[in-house]
Amino acid sequence: MKIMEVASSPHVNFEGYSTRSMMWDVIIALAPAVFVAVWYFGWSAVEQIGLCVLSCMVFEAFFSFLRGRKPTLDDGSAILTGLILGLSLPWSAPWQAPVFGSLIAIGVGKMAYGGLGQNIFNPAMVGRAFIMISFASAMGSGAYVVTQHENSILTRPTPMTMLKDTSDSGIAKFIDSESFLRALRGERNGSLGEASVFALVFGGCFLLMRKTISWRIPISMLATIFVLGALVSPLEHPMEYGLAHLLNGAALLGAFFIATDPVTSPITPRGKIYFGIGVGALTMLFRLFSGYPEGVMFAVLLMNAVVPFLNNMTIPKPFGAENPSGSTCRRCQLGLKKVGVNCGSKKEK
Amino acid sequence: MKNSDSALTFERGVHPDDAKEWSRESAIEVLPLPEELRIPLLQHVGAPTTACVQLRESVSFGQKIAERPGFISANICAPLPGVVKRFVSVTIPNGRHVPAISLSVTRDGENPFDTEALLQKLRTPGAFSLDAFEPRQIRDAVDAAGIVGLGGAAFPTHVKLSPKEGTKIDILLVNGCECEPYLTADYRLMIEAPEAIISGARLAAKAIGAPKVVICVEDNKPDAISSLREKISDEIAEEVAIQPMLTKYPQGGEKQLIFAATGRKVPVGKLPSDVNVGVINVGTAAAVAMKMLHDVPLTHRIISVTGGGIVRPANIFAPIGVSIRELVDYCGGLKDSAQRVVVGGPMMGFSIGSLDIPVTKGVSGITILTHDEIQSMRQTSCVRCGRCVSACPMNLIPTRLAQAARSGEWNLFQKYHPFACIECGCCAFSCPAAIPLVQLIRMGKVQVQKNQRKENAAKK
Repeated sequence: MKIMEVASSPHVNFEGYSTRSMMWDVIIALAPAVFVAVWYFGWSAVEQIGLCVLSCMVFEAFFSFLRGRKPTLDDGSAILTGLILGLSLPWSAPWQAPVFGSLIAIGVGKMAYGGLGQNIFNPAMVGRAFIMISFASAMGSGAYVVTQHENSILTRPTPMTMLKDTSDSGIAKFIDSESFLRALRGERNGSLGEASVFALVFGGCFLLMRKTISWRIPISMLATIFVLGALVSPLEHPMEYGLAHLLNGAALLGAFFIATDPVTSPITPRGKIYFGIGVGALTMLFRLFSGYPEGVMFAVLLMNAVVPFLNNMTIPKPFGAENPSGSTCRRCQLGLKKVGVNCGSKKEK
Repeated sequence: MKNSDSALTFERGVHPDDAKEWSRESAIEVLPLPEELRIPLLQHVGAPTTACVQLRESVSFGQKIAERPGFISANICAPLPGVVKRFVSVTIPNGRHVPAISLSVTRDGENPFDTEALLQKLRTPGAFSLDAFEPRQIRDAVDAAGIVGLGGAAFPTHVKLSPKEGTKIDILLVNGCECEPYLTADYRLMIEAPEAIISGARLAAKAIGAPKVVICVEDNKPDAISSLREKISDEIAEEVAIQPMLTKYPQGGEKQLIFAATGRKVPVGKLPSDVNVGVINVGTAAAVAMKMLHDVPLTHRIISVTGGGIVRPANIFAPIGVSIRELVDYCGGLKDSAQRVVVGGPMMGFSIGSLDIPVTKGVSGITILTHDEIQSMRQTSCVRCGRCVSACPMNLIPTRLAQAARSGEWNLFQKYHPFACIECGCCAFSCPAAIPLVQLIRMGKVQVQKNQRKENAAKK
């Protein structure tokens, strides 16, 4: 008689969904953005993104080896970090930027904390912050724009630089050069991944549909950017200015792919909303008042730091503990009428 | 009419493959008389019973053989006629060792016990007048019959039927959801003995003074819904309703069911009667009908033997105390691919290492799973994806609880409301990192209770 296996329930798992497939979902969702980047920026995009992904994988394997663990490349998280880091770089960055950025992203941003799931800060953004400081000239607005180039996109200033100039002439210039259609297609200067609104929203919707990300962070973050943009608008139609901040720069890339990193964002539903609002508000603060034209990266990193606090603050009340006296809720009326009983379950005392 | 057909449900939860096709179509069968029954003296929530028979005493069918010592406990009646062979110790499905009565079943003689006739009684409860019964009389009869909740938890039914003084119960929900995957015992009962369920439910409602009975059935069992509806005559149409529920796990969880059907939320640590609702399982209702209309106590129950690892899945009408091995053998035995034998369903059932375990009142099925069905995945780190949060029907943060339990941080653990957890397993089921979330939480709850007891003892 064979001895049966004993384990604690549940005895079945949800099939076809693992940490690995979650990572690959995001990679697939980023594919349109990568495609657009290669389409408009050509070989340099392939170079930057490829170098980031490759070095992230190499460093992941290297640090796993140092920690005496089996390399965890198969979960796809290193590829994803590299992909996001690559998409956040300008086309012209020197080769050292992606390589050292990846080293810091994986080494300091992730492995130093204990690997996947343990890190506090978004690894790709840690890597990018490092590049931004140590390769300052390679990441400034000069890295995006060249005066003479066969690719006309590269000769135009980035939308964020133009938005920074809030004088009347600056605004006029922005409105002249940046049409909505261009933003949709991705025919505009900027970091590799932030070009096409269409590609980013398409990827974001894919993730929402797969339930890989929750709607809470992207929607609250984008809504905050839009509302704040509209509030401070120097334009005749404030909505336009809000929309400009929403569609340009790294807002969409950040909202769907960076701020939603599950490891470094809150786990509670309410915490996610606060987190999104925080990232959106800080982004606008940096865009409007800092020396940089863009602020998504710093906003995400700063909000990452307060995630444990947000989690703690927003522990939900368990089902049935929301109102300790044992009450009925809005749905009561519905449910009770359906079964033919009058509403009102107040205790008779 | 349209309105009451739309399925109701609760928030969150999961959608496991219901896997009912293994045994859905097999009609209830009668188990041949076994040689021996081992009847545990603890089969329910509450205090263990004390045996009230002597060694070598011969007992008749339905005779009380063990008596409840306190209110929260349930009598045990002899499931078959026989002779008390000895007093033994057995392991019950949840792993506890309890004393038991070993009964040598009388199989020869002039007229051996006819289980088929008993099943026939269940199928035809017959007409009755509700006015002929007093609430007190129903409660006492249920108590004497040793009826407990047959859905799995085995809570003594006479306790459920005795609401606190001054509490007015306005609705009795009859739980026919059977949301556990694989199990089809309640389903077969609803198909084959709908009258017993309806009659028993009306009697139970009378006992608690509820004017309305709603039988809740998940909408993956349309046959059961129509089978029950057919038996609702015009006279009782006002009193009894059949309500489809959305097929979702854990729809049959008491708190989830109450919320879905009535919109009322049972506060954490409180009972359904605190929101003026009574809940019993369809099997329990049928048992009440058997006692009240045929004077047959709780002696037998329907058990699904199902899953990919059994040769011939079936629904069996079996006496309490029969060995699980006997049920498995009756169904053709285990296939070579069988890997885990689970008492109950795969979401909340207990896996057992040996088949020599007696069936208790709360056993609704034996699920035999193969390696393919278990789908064990490699465990990875938590990436805080929040799938467990969006699955938890109690609105908890399972991963936090599990993490705190794993590292033994009990203060942190208690901050995340561990005692609201109903251990349904939705979290572990949905976890993409295959972390044993509910298992860790379960362990943590036991540990916290242990610590508290220790503290209390130290204070004294």
